[in-house]
Amino acid sequence: MSHWLIIPVVLPAMLAAILVLMVREHIVVQRALSMAGALALTAVAVGLFWQASDGTITLYQLGNWPAPFGIVLVADRLSTLMVLLTTLLAPLVLLYAMGSGWDARGRHFHPLFQFQLMGILGAFLTGDAFNLFVFFEVLLIASYGLMIHSGGRERLRAGTQYVLYNLLGSTLFLFALGTIYAQTGTLNMADLAGRVAELDASASGGIRVAAVLLLMVFAIKAAVLPLHFWLPDSYAHAPAPVAALFAIMTKVGAYGIIRFYTLVFPPDLEITQGLFDTWLLPAALLTLVLGMIGVLGARRIDRLIAFSVIGSMGLLLSAVSVFTPEGIAAALYYAIHSTFATAALFLLVDEIKDRRGAAGPFLVHGRPIEGGALIAGMFFVAAIAMTGLPPLSGFLGKLLILDAAGASPLVWWVWAVVLSGSLVAVVGFSRAGSLIFWKAHQDGPDGRVDCETAPEIEDETAQPGSTRGPIGPRPVLPMIAIGGLIALLIALTAFAGPVNRVLTATAAQLFAPAPYIELVLTTPGKQIKEDPHAAEGDHGVEGETETSHGDEAVDDTGEDH
Amino acid sequence: MELLIASAVGVLTAAGIYMVLRLRTFPVIIGTSLLSYAVNVFLFASGRLAMNAPPVLRDGATRYTDPLPQALVLTAIVISFGMTAVVVIMALGSWLSSDDDLVDRPAVSNGDARSPSMPEGDA
Repeated sequence: MSHWLIIPVVLPAMLAAILVLMVREHIVVQRALSMAGALALTAVAVGLFWQASDGTITLYQLGNWPAPFGIVLVADRLSTLMVLLTTLLAPLVLLYAMGSGWDARGRHFHPLFQFQLMGILGAFLTGDAFNLFVFFEVLLIASYGLMIHSGGRERLRAGTQYVLYNLLGSTLFLFALGTIYAQTGTLNMADLAGRVAELDASASGGIRVAAVLLLMVFAIKAAVLPLHFWLPDSYAHAPAPVAALFAIMTKVGAYGIIRFYTLVFPPDLEITQGLFDTWLLPAALLTLVLGMIGVLGARRIDRLIAFSVIGSMGLLLSAVSVFTPEGIAAALYYAIHSTFATAALFLLVDEIKDRRGAAGPFLVHGRPIEGGALIAGMFFVAAIAMTGLPPLSGFLGKLLILDAAGASPLVWWVWAVVLSGSLVAVVGFSRAGSLIFWKAHQDGPDGRVDCETAPEIEDETAQPGSTRGPIGPRPVLPMIAIGGLIALLIALTAFAGPVNRVLTATAAQLFAPAPYIELVLTTPGKQIKEDPHAAEGDHGVEGETETSHGDEAVDDTGEDH
Repeated sequence: MELLIASAVGVLTAAGIYMVLRLRTFPVIIGTSLLSYAVNVFLFASGRLAMNAPPVLRDGATRYTDPLPQALVLTAIVISFGMTAVVVIMALGSWLSSDDDLVDRPAVSNGDARSPSMPEGDA
């Protein structure tokens, strides 16, 4: 058994411990180690992706315990793809955090960042539902710390809301897992798949409730319409690199939906019929509408981007909820695209905020920003990608989704909402862009900001050290980071053909889960040896069984520290 | 026994949801704690309720208590404990820096005199 599969979880965990215990006072050492760790993760992720790219599914049994009893990590095409996406994003975000000095504006940025990576990667790799909950908690705890990094009144308030909302989400997750366990007696995903399929459809009330609860949990993470309230404030007030890293967090919710509802509750399962076409698809379309209304109505550029994230999740999930292989492939393409586009936009917005002085993030008449041409150019490219105009990947993703929506009975609704939503997004983004970059060069009303928003503006900039000030040359690393993200977007566009082939294969693998289930359930693990003291009766066997459960408990609790 | 456990989960959940819907952080935190107690009891019951039975299988044992939910509850307790600690500290920080402990954002346009923001670096 190769141990590579556990590296994406163990490496950040170890690194975070070293960072916080040994080098907490040395920001330079922290930066070097953190970056080295992120790059090593990228290398491992490329390796795992390569390994899975011919369709092999790799299994890792923690502590060598066989599947339904121990925790397993499973690397199939989808998991490795999401891991690769995360580890491509992470070094660029880190680069920005270092270049802009965000990581030095509060303590423990780098350890929290590594714990966040550990949680995200673990959530993508695990093959056990309860372990998924544990990794969710790991990534959430780290995100709480990152969210309020460097403090400030508004940020703390938004952070408290974010934490409370997610605590409720975690409680729902536990209720869902409890219901699942009560109905099936297992929490291993592959084992669940078999047992759920065997349940009698007439007596399946409990598992239906569990399926809906789980969908709600993932919908909270993915910010689907009635459950999206946590997102705009959190993303708008989070430090820029953190908001950029959070671009992958909504995708964790989407990943959960795709994983659970292809493996455990597959589309042709009778007891969960109607969950997607009756509920998720309309909710996703409404999410898209809401996101676009938010884009149009936002008075701050950071909230505008946050609402465009909601809109893009709506689009992504409307592709998911068609639940055909084409739909999933399109959703995955769009997920990759929107992760990079969102991250690039949040980082750009931070640069814009810093350079606009008093106007900060507000969509009001401000002064021209220095180095405007480069920033404006990058904003233009990222906005084109985000709104889905040709020629960038957003357009291709949207085309794939529109194409895949043909399989749904609501196809005309999807087309109408997506296309008019794109128009609204274009209007919203061009309004913001022209206000910030273009009209700043015209003679405005005495070049100052509106009185109406002035008090708020004052308190935003009153935080000492939250803006870098106009003195001195601008660091170049942030530009490289944003440029890297945009380059990834362009690469995603240029290599759309090969990427789409990989994603189609990924979706096909998801819709044929038999090899996955077989691999997880039939791989032999640690053999419980015949007890040499068997003559003493059954006492020895009892000890062994207890060890196995104890092992699991230690695994679980150990990971959340 | 079933009735007792079921009503405990129900009452705790109802009380928790009521508290969560309050406007100030302290009752909301109490509410999330109550909800996490409810979910712990619920998880505990998810392995079926068996009184006075050993938690492990042994040869010849006719009835036993499922040990897995107990491990799950242990994990859930540790996590919710940590989460509550985090949210208490954050709520405290939010309260200290803004002089009110409303969970919801106050109206921003009312132009009230604001206290100066908290210095950086304490997060």
